[in-house]
Amino acid sequence: MTDTQYDRAPGDASTLPDVERGTSSGALVYTIGLVLAVVLTAMSFWVANTSLLWVGGVSLGLTVLAIAQMGVHLVFFLHVTTGPDNTNNVMALAFGVLIVALVVVGSLLIMADLNDNMMPATELMNLQMQH
Amino acid sequence: MNIAIAVDDEIRHEALPSASELGPATKRIVVGYGFWIFLLSDIVMFSAFFAAYAVLAHATAGGPSGAQLFNQSSVAIETACLLASSYTCGLMSMAVGSRRYAATYLAALVTFVLGACFLALEVREFTGMIAMGAGPQRSAFLSSFFTLVSCHGLHVTVGLVWLAVMMAQVAVKGLSATVERRLLCFSLFWHALDIVWVWLFTVVYLMGVLS
Repeated sequence: MTDTQYDRAPGDASTLPDVERGTSSGALVYTIGLVLAVVLTAMSFWVANTSLLWVGGVSLGLTVLAIAQMGVHLVFFLHVTTGPDNTNNVMALAFGVLIVALVVVGSLLIMADLNDNMMPATELMNLQMQH
Repeated sequence: MNIAIAVDDEIRHEALPSASELGPATKRIVVGYGFWIFLLSDIVMFSAFFAAYAVLAHATAGGPSGAQLFNQSSVAIETACLLASSYTCGLMSMAVGSRRYAATYLAALVTFVLGACFLALEVREFTGMIAMGAGPQRSAFLSSFFTLVSCHGLHVTVGLVWLAVMMAQVAVKGLSATVERRLLCFSLFWHALDIVWVWLFTVVYLMGVLS
């Protein structure tokens, strides 16, 4: 009982004693992940090229598909779970996702705002002519 | 089990100690966690390149746009190569776990070949673009494109070198605990690269063709 470690290295499959670490079940997890990732990738390419969908929603749809595929990779390839042996890994991952979201969304917001407030090129030209 | 701990003192001694009471974690957990932190910081670096690309995606300076340059079928093959290599990398870590040497070498070889195919396609794409006069110096859009995509390509190159070195280590040292830890870090690295590529083909190639 006491030799059960509560922590798990990131990327390791579960080492809990009640879980059978058989070869076939491990390969099954990777294969399910591969099938899901292939389906999501194919959907992404279809969504980008089809004319059936409303054009304005395609970017959002692609983002959702990418997030879903990231989830598939994390769960089936990197074995990230919500179990107690994985808390440290998930907390670090959550912090990383927070920083990534701040950098990307923050940059896009600030640059879009700057573009909106920028003087149009023609007016800028007139201003320079006056000097 | 945790509820029983509060009831009386006798059960407390038999209850499973918490993670902090078990003493220091094993080296595999410490090494894996440290590498996990490195990967997250690497992804934060990628996010800065992604942000730069997203801001500059329309700054073509009269030059060619993404819709004119990107070849979707080539991107689809690159994606398939990288995804399949991620799968075989997973099979390799399973073979390592059950100490099957032949399966380890085979999975590593397939992973290496698929990664090399990805890299060859990317280099062909880059040389084609540069030959068309759409090199990184043409516009802000192309500068950020080449920075972002070649940074990922550079990571894949480093991964291939790392994989070759690891196979040499398996051949010389066998699957010792040290080599096994390094292989764990490699598989984390390789899967993380695939996650970065998911965002790359979505944001750069598929969204770039839309506009």
